[in-house]
Amino acid sequence: MMNKLRATEARRRAALSGIADRWAALPAWQRLIGVTAFIAILYYLPLLGVPGLTWLRTDSIDGGNSWAGVLFTCAIYVLVAIGLNVVVGLAGLLDLGYIGFFAIGAYSVALFGSTNSPVVKWMQRTFELEPTWAVAWAICIPLAIALSLTSGVILGWPTLRLRGDYLAIVTLGFGEIIRIVARNLTGVTNGAAGISAIPGPEGAPSADNQIFGLQDLKPWYWLAITVVLLMVFAVRRLENSRVGRSWLAIREDEDAAAVMGVNGFKFKLWAFAIGAALGGLSGFLFASRNAFIDPSQFNATLSILFVAMVVVGGSGNMVGVAFGAVLLAYLPERFRFVSDYRWVAFGFAMVVVMVLRPQGLIPSRRRARELQDRAKEAKVSV
Amino acid sequence: MNFDELFGHFGQHTVDGLSKGAIYALIALGYTLVYGVLRLINFAHSEVFVVGTFAVLGAWTAFGMQDRPGAGQAILFLLIGLIAAAVASGGTALALERIAYRPLRRRNAPPLVFLITAIGLSLVLVEILGLLLPRLVGGVFPTLFGRERQIVGMPTIIEQKPLITIGDTSITNVQAIVFFSALLMMAMLDWFINRTRYGRGVRAVAQNPETAALMGVNQDRVIMLIFVLGGVMAGAAALLWSVRFGFTQSSLGFVLGLKAFTAAVLGGIGNLRGALLGGLFLGLVEVYAATLYTSAWEDVVAFVVLIVVLMFRPTGLLGESLGRARA
Amino acid sequence: MLLELDNVTVAYGRIEALHGISLHVDEGEIVALIGANGAGKTTTMRAISGIRALAGGAIRFAGEDISRLRADLRVGRGLCQSPEGRQIFPGMTVLENLDMGAYTRRDSAGIAADLERVFGLFPRLAERRKQAGGTLSGGEQQMLAVGRALMSRPKLLLLDEPSMGLAPLVIKQIFDIVTEINQQGTTVLLVEQNAQQALSRAHRGYVLETGRIVKEGTGQELLHDPAVKEAYLGVA
Repeated sequence: MMNKLRATEARRRAALSGIADRWAALPAWQRLIGVTAFIAILYYLPLLGVPGLTWLRTDSIDGGNSWAGVLFTCAIYVLVAIGLNVVVGLAGLLDLGYIGFFAIGAYSVALFGSTNSPVVKWMQRTFELEPTWAVAWAICIPLAIALSLTSGVILGWPTLRLRGDYLAIVTLGFGEIIRIVARNLTGVTNGAAGISAIPGPEGAPSADNQIFGLQDLKPWYWLAITVVLLMVFAVRRLENSRVGRSWLAIREDEDAAAVMGVNGFKFKLWAFAIGAALGGLSGFLFASRNAFIDPSQFNATLSILFVAMVVVGGSGNMVGVAFGAVLLAYLPERFRFVSDYRWVAFGFAMVVVMVLRPQGLIPSRRRARELQDRAKEAKVSV
Repeated sequence: MNFDELFGHFGQHTVDGLSKGAIYALIALGYTLVYGVLRLINFAHSEVFVVGTFAVLGAWTAFGMQDRPGAGQAILFLLIGLIAAAVASGGTALALERIAYRPLRRRNAPPLVFLITAIGLSLVLVEILGLLLPRLVGGVFPTLFGRERQIVGMPTIIEQKPLITIGDTSITNVQAIVFFSALLMMAMLDWFINRTRYGRGVRAVAQNPETAALMGVNQDRVIMLIFVLGGVMAGAAALLWSVRFGFTQSSLGFVLGLKAFTAAVLGGIGNLRGALLGGLFLGLVEVYAATLYTSAWEDVVAFVVLIVVLMFRPTGLLGESLGRARA
Repeated sequence: MLLELDNVTVAYGRIEALHGISLHVDEGEIVALIGANGAGKTTTMRAISGIRALAGGAIRFAGEDISRLRADLRVGRGLCQSPEGRQIFPGMTVLENLDMGAYTRRDSAGIAADLERVFGLFPRLAERRKQAGGTLSGGEQQMLAVGRALMSRPKLLLLDEPSMGLAPLVIKQIFDIVTEINQQGTTVLLVEQNAQQALSRAHRGYVLETGRIVKEGTGQELLHDPAVKEAYLGVA
């Protein structure tokens, strides 16, 4: 008994020394100032010109991509990571087909919002509309969310009862099916040729657009980071709600949770659907900014990169997964000479993190403790 | 839907499907062996196969094989290819176990950590092979077509000729070689697992690892053995693939691996004879479906079959577990 | 002294299950380890056969310190266990199960002789040699588990709860055979909840309570000890 108490005390003290705890111990007004300052920095980032820090900018190297564009990509990946974290980190379901939801979101705005899409052309013919008519961008937002959410439920309904590893393979298959369908259904999606003229907030891409243009990408980044912040806020609320606690219970011991009256299937489906909706939203933003998509952009390797962001960063912890996403999106852009080896490096990072630090770089404390407990119960000499 | 073509040449499509399915079955054995013992989906097994095809290509290049060699030479090169592929694939599989899976097992890591590690390893292997390929094809004969997709053609070792023709169904010599070699390899593995002392050790660990240790079975050695066996089978599949299709590609493993995994699940994962049945069944379904629709949908068939099987009969056609493989 | 446990401690995670137990088994003995559910009997057995790592203390077998030896290597030293719950291999035939017991041996003539010996002790197993282990009755499975352990030709046979879930008649049969095996020269360490049977057969016994040895003595002494009687023999 004494031993146990002593161990608990030691763990409490060790945890308190962490930055997170010192942060949590600050008075509320100080934390508010900190958060505000951090958000201000996020919005200032595309203008970054502080001497000594400009080397961070991707356009400070030869042939580097537009800095605001790279920031936009990072923001999209962070949004993906936050959505996938709901599924992987919070509910403990390994989803290898997240790219499928991303693609559905992207194709939603492409198919309904672009005048080049066969779907819009068909609507123009059937309802005798102007050749410039397409579904408005703003209406495409709920459309993309609804479609990806629905597909999440459709995929999750039959498959979430499967064992964890089978679920992973089935979702991988789902992601591939979405890509192959997009490639083969030429009459609907233009097939491999892709769809261009995907609208942004100001309508179809054009040089006349005042804010969301083709050259200046800063507004796109600001839009994306706003969405990211809203979603961080929303998911945080969710995490600490009854739903969030149910996810935790399911992840740690599904049978015990069932005994306590937590309907595992229902909450898994919730996680899957919410994750899918966030994936769809990220795909939507990606397609809007890119103005052009084709099926090859949604391959399985990218899906695995998404999982890598979450697990390398530290699944279950939003700061961790966001860090993982920025790391994996930013490094190959800034250090172009490594870009040939980027996939090797991603795969390697996944393996190294899993073998040496399975809780991720910036772990969720609860997650780290679960893993530690398992390790202690390992049978040593078998 | 092209029913006329399917039923008009049903025999031919059946033969094609079976010879394709035999290769799936050989690769499926690797998934089934590892899963049967460790309850682990060795996601990187598909890359173990691809390494084998690279070894075949490398060995044939190194020994200067010409297109369409004579019968005596062909046998020699088949043997060289088999040894190279078996060593490379078996070695890769063993390395995966020693470098990644064993440390995780020591720490009693949760199943998803294993799976994520396996996916990472798979990605590493694919990319390393992709970077290696341009060097391997520096030789004279391999024709490089479509550099961006990095597909490499191999020399023809045996020219396809009809061996037996019944009506309008013909079985080519290559199809017969692929099918019967695969069957032979599987029969040998089946004998090894069911009739030898080491095979009994494998089954004991699969059925009850703790009691196996109480009987004096060294679990680590058994686990290394199954990785090597699965690797050697993948190596044999790699040689047969090279003989039959004559090309390789660093990203070849992804779809092929998923299909082989589907075959394993279809037959009952952990069940050796199930892998054979599942492989042949999947090969047939795929060829029939590709005939009915178009080959563009071929890959979707495997995924749909996988989802349907997992939903309605997750233990597969013959049931799970290496232990019950005999029944 | 064939087996000696010296102040052995075992922990599951942060929770200690054995708090330093010491016991010994001499050559030719039957030693019984009795105790209630959760007292640590099976944990002791697992520590001896090497399935559980020690947190402290030492285990010596035939003069050698085997505290850090892997479980599968202990079989070769002459230690073999018939585990709790029998744990036969359900997908293997009776014959294959028995062959598993001889996994570490290479002397095929000796193995064949021991197989005949096991079939002599358990004629039922001989009748069912081709049958899958999973289809046997509980008593037959227990016989198979004991026979399988004997196939390794152990110096020390570890029996964990051989009476568990069996009918009284079958229990008596099993214990008769254990006595017979012992008379043929095999030392036996027996873990039992059925204290009556175990103590009446054993030369010596130990009583385990919440991870500690609280009493030891000859089988007869313990059988007539008032405290043991009250706690384990159901005599008020």
